[in-house]
Amino acid sequence: MLYISTKYQIIRKDFPFYLGKTAHGGLWVQIKNLPGHLPKESPSHVFLQEIMKWNGWGYSDSRFLFNKKGQAEFTGKRYIIIGMIIPGLKDWFECTFGASLQHKTPATPLLNSSAVQPPTLNEAFVEELKSTGIPFSQDAEDRVFRAHGHCLHEIFALREGKFGRVPDMVVWPNCHNDVVKIVELASKHNVCLIPYGGGTSVSSALECPPEETRSIVSLDTSQMNRILWVDEKNLTAHVEAGIVGQDLERLLNESGYCTGHEPDSMEFSSLGGWVATRASGMKKNIYGNIEDLVVHIKMVTPQGVIEKSCQGPRMSTGPDIHHFIMGSEGTLGVVTEVTMKIRPMPEYQKYGSVVFPNFEQGVACLREVARQRCAPASIRLMDNEQFKFGHALKPQVSSIFTSFLDGLKKFYITKFKGFDPNRLCVATLLFEGDREKVLQHEKQVYDIAAKFGGLAAGEDNGQRGYMLTFVIAYLRDLGMDYYVIGESFETSVPWDRVLDICRNVKARIVRECKERGVQFPPLSTCRVTQTYDAGACVYFYFAFNYRGLSDPVHVYEQVEHAAREEILANGGSLSHHHGVGKLRKEWMRETVSNVGMGMLKSVKDYVDPNNIFGNRNLL
Amino acid sequence: MTNTYRDSGRAGLVDERQFVDILEERRHSSDLGHALRTFNPHPYQGAAPCSAAELNKAVLEAQYLRYVTKEIAMETGSSVEEVRKEACGILEEMSQNLQLGFIRLMGYTLTKVFKRLFTSIFVNMEGLNMLQQAIQETPVILMPNHRSYVDFLIISYILFTYDIPVPVIAAGIPLAGMKMVGEILRRSGAFFIRRAIGSDKLYWAVLSEYVKAIVRKGYAPMEFYVEGLRSRTLKSLTPKLGMMHMVLEPYFKGEVFDITLVPISISYDRVLEESLLAHELLGVPKPKESTMGLLKASKVLQEDYGTMHVNFGRPLSVRQLCHGKINRCQYNLIPRDLPQKPTAEAQACVSWLAHLMVRIQEEGSLISPWSLMACLLLQAPITVLTEEGLLWQQLTEKTLWLRKLALDYGARLNWSGQAPDSDVMSSAVALHCSIVHRKAGRVYLVQEEELARKRPISLEEGVTRTAAAVLMLASYRNQLLHVFVRPALLATAIHITKSTQRNELFTFFCFLQDLFSYEFIFIPDKLSQDFEEACLLLKKCGAVHISQQEVTLSDMGLEALSFLQALLQPFIDSYQVMFRYLSEEGVNVFTEKQFLPAVRNLATKLILSGELHTYEALSSDTQKNVLSALRRLEAVTKLRASEQNEYKVNKAAVRRTGDILSGKIPPQMLQTTPDARL
Repeated sequence: MLYISTKYQIIRKDFPFYLGKTAHGGLWVQIKNLPGHLPKESPSHVFLQEIMKWNGWGYSDSRFLFNKKGQAEFTGKRYIIIGMIIPGLKDWFECTFGASLQHKTPATPLLNSSAVQPPTLNEAFVEELKSTGIPFSQDAEDRVFRAHGHCLHEIFALREGKFGRVPDMVVWPNCHNDVVKIVELASKHNVCLIPYGGGTSVSSALECPPEETRSIVSLDTSQMNRILWVDEKNLTAHVEAGIVGQDLERLLNESGYCTGHEPDSMEFSSLGGWVATRASGMKKNIYGNIEDLVVHIKMVTPQGVIEKSCQGPRMSTGPDIHHFIMGSEGTLGVVTEVTMKIRPMPEYQKYGSVVFPNFEQGVACLREVARQRCAPASIRLMDNEQFKFGHALKPQVSSIFTSFLDGLKKFYITKFKGFDPNRLCVATLLFEGDREKVLQHEKQVYDIAAKFGGLAAGEDNGQRGYMLTFVIAYLRDLGMDYYVIGESFETSVPWDRVLDICRNVKARIVRECKERGVQFPPLSTCRVTQTYDAGACVYFYFAFNYRGLSDPVHVYEQVEHAAREEILANGGSLSHHHGVGKLRKEWMRETVSNVGMGMLKSVKDYVDPNNIFGNRNLL
Repeated sequence: MTNTYRDSGRAGLVDERQFVDILEERRHSSDLGHALRTFNPHPYQGAAPCSAAELNKAVLEAQYLRYVTKEIAMETGSSVEEVRKEACGILEEMSQNLQLGFIRLMGYTLTKVFKRLFTSIFVNMEGLNMLQQAIQETPVILMPNHRSYVDFLIISYILFTYDIPVPVIAAGIPLAGMKMVGEILRRSGAFFIRRAIGSDKLYWAVLSEYVKAIVRKGYAPMEFYVEGLRSRTLKSLTPKLGMMHMVLEPYFKGEVFDITLVPISISYDRVLEESLLAHELLGVPKPKESTMGLLKASKVLQEDYGTMHVNFGRPLSVRQLCHGKINRCQYNLIPRDLPQKPTAEAQACVSWLAHLMVRIQEEGSLISPWSLMACLLLQAPITVLTEEGLLWQQLTEKTLWLRKLALDYGARLNWSGQAPDSDVMSSAVALHCSIVHRKAGRVYLVQEEELARKRPISLEEGVTRTAAAVLMLASYRNQLLHVFVRPALLATAIHITKSTQRNELFTFFCFLQDLFSYEFIFIPDKLSQDFEEACLLLKKCGAVHISQQEVTLSDMGLEALSFLQALLQPFIDSYQVMFRYLSEEGVNVFTEKQFLPAVRNLATKLILSGELHTYEALSSDTQKNVLSALRRLEAVTKLRASEQNEYKVNKAAVRRTGDILSGKIPPQMLQTTPDARL
């Protein structure tokens, strides 16, 4: 059966956050119907923007704050933890960063349009665009909103009300053909186009090159958000590239399917963005990364449309042209439509967690799991600092009984089993599939864990581990209210290097902070988030209290730079899934060799000789 | 770079308050109490305790060793199991077995011995405090110089006393062969390395895995002598790179975040083995290390050896030192466990670092008043020393002059201002009564009496007799050579070339550095800095004026200039003798065994005929250094095919080198030397 597009046509409105969990997945993030947030009549494109922060992460109404009693809580109506008290966060925050609730650094509350540069317009382009009927805007707010991703320096500047070069106008194509028209006009009038999807970039990819003198047009794909068809015989879906992760999953779920692609940013990031950055999803062990999920891509370039002629599952037809598109980071064109694999929704889902006496044992266990190729949908190993962080986020328990139980567990692990609370670490697990197979699989994994001294530590801990992923970005905003800045970055590395890279990068961060006058030791922590046959993906979190520093962002950038050098010196890759953007461009040449650079450059020169897609990422 | 490792105020009289006499407390409290003290050190953070047996097991199971084992099995046709057994055997012979009980025993014994030998053992507390801190943060490598057997366990002794983890120590295998003592040393943390490992692949593999495992685990601080062995001349030796590379590799390969190097300078007022060493240099073989020998040597315990200084240098971060010198990405594409020849970059970095460490050891060592006196005594004509006697007055005046010069040059002098200068010098001579004696206002060289007993001695024996005393003197002079060597090279260049052109002097300076690269320690790739330093120091003592183009003599500093030039004269004379032998008298192909006695005979003959004025040409150390230098200059080549280490000499090249050194070939003509650096 083939669904036709109209059935799935949706108007962009506020979709309450939803993680496609099955019935029993005790969700931290809850499905909530939001009353009173109906689509407005006026142009649909503003909706998302209206309910999202202009200078921070996520929804405007959702944020952490310390209440009058100094206890942390979460506002808004979208997430399950609203109204819950998180008693441990304040102490953890103050002890870890040496921060104080007395010392606040609030953000500029309102966007001051007059501080935004007036747009540089290409009148001829604007005139012709008008005649196509494609909506566009030159409003300052619209332009600022699309001038940044979520790198620390970008958000920091916004909080201070500072804007650099921003796009001169925004266009909202509604379909593939609209994009074709826009790209043609841009080529004709020599206008610079920067594709914009969900805006969750962390590689300075959305920053307008300050040296760009042409008019810059942000091409916002958010209106291209339909599932055009679902092919149940071949288990594929043809989707417009502007669709956001959570919408895609929710809509497919309604008919019993899923893509299974769940990057941490899936609330906001778009399908086109995934393709353009080579995204990776949490459950890639079952569903694969974006390159495994994609069957067909349509992209509009200044030279015309590029796509394959058929949907054969694998081809031997020279180098795969999809691999020129995936990871091109908006430098070659706009991805408009993608055919993706879909799967029936899993029957059963189960979280789990394992406590290890130390990080070394944990890594050894993950390595063994990868060797036996029995990794669950997701398996992540947090180091001790991150374990403590997760612990600090535990909501207040409702009954004395639960808190008694918690005490008992702690006693069992630290006293009876002799784990050192300052060394132990925890792996979080997510199993998915048939109930029976899940249980069998679970046993297999726990048996392996036991060989490395691992103790099963319950579903709750596992779930809380995954929750950390979704709130970390909100937490950064909280930190920034109190002199604490931070960021995460990732790499991939061969198995035999995992421990070394974790140790060295964390130590390098601590040393660099010290040398640059950071007063209090930083939070420097990591986790292994993905396993592969030949290596793993490692994520680092790094944050520090910047009181007493005159230029905290500069210090931050120097430390991050040093950390990246350390990663490369330890055999880590430049990026596993965040991409290169402009932030990591300087290392591209040594990463892919001179010839490699030349290859990429010659593709760019052919496809886009006039640099219409002039975001200057990657090369 | 200069500021990354140098103490800010390295010059001057040593601040006595910084140094504490660790024997002081031992003389006032129970030795047994000290040995049984609670020992509660803070080890390296991440290090889980690990027994010697566990360490050995980890070494044998290491992937690297498995690769090599398999490779050797393939090459030799023996089974993997056999090779593995052999590796086990090597490890058994090598490994230490550090036990606290034996540290205590060692502590007790050493207290007794040290109290008898030395008036005091001074240790700088500041250095110890920094070490204590460093040991908790990274793996630490202790790098002392090695001038006497006595210092073998001194570091362990000090660390034990101050609650710092005691080190495992790389030692020469002969020590292991000593009955009882070998085992005691092993249990005090010594591990034993064969000499002349050569191309024994399995041995190298076991050793390097063993060393690397200790560093990686932060098992204990590791102590090793970067000079490779005990210096027979009390002069710093050209560092050995093998061990240094093994120690650094865990950092290069990212297996540890950082490694801390702690240079340690041990200096003696008087060295126990002084006479033994002098005779060894003259060709009398060194007695084999044996327990009986050790017991027999106990008569040396009756004498006074003054004070000993142990100066712990500032801990140095390998990470910082190697910044920009090593690209760690070079290990990204091949499994790190795979045996791999170090790249040229890694080798250069290791060599640079090793030389740097020796230089820091030199700068950290304390120079005794006696060294200054020895220096001046050697510059007196030999007949004055043996027959007429040197006027005490003259010696003391000159010594005070030299003291000032040394201080100006940044030497660390062990000459406190508290005692009157005359007393200091008198007691220095008294301490060294085995070399000189003072009678009626004059100082004489002590001639060995044993030989003079019955039969009249031959002329040649007379030469050897005097030579022994001269070489002893020379060894004390050698302790301060590093202070003067750079300006002395320049002074020599000025003297030989008679040039004032800066570039010509630089060329000749480079030639001398190259020629004497085994004699003195120069950090690779620091030629122009060394030259600048030399210019500056000559200017400082008023000996020269310096302009952009020229270095011109000034009348003010002739005394300093001639002193400096005379300091190197014995080396130049000795080198010329050997050049003469090689280019004129010797055969084309020879072995080291033939070379040494032959040049010794020639030198003896020349001394007797009055043509040669230095007895240092008789030192086998100098002779070997000449051979190494000529090999470096490619005037002598080692025959690859030869079993007995035969050398082939290019007589014309040797002659040319001699001619350059004597000034017959002007520096403008030096461009064609084989060394590209010139």
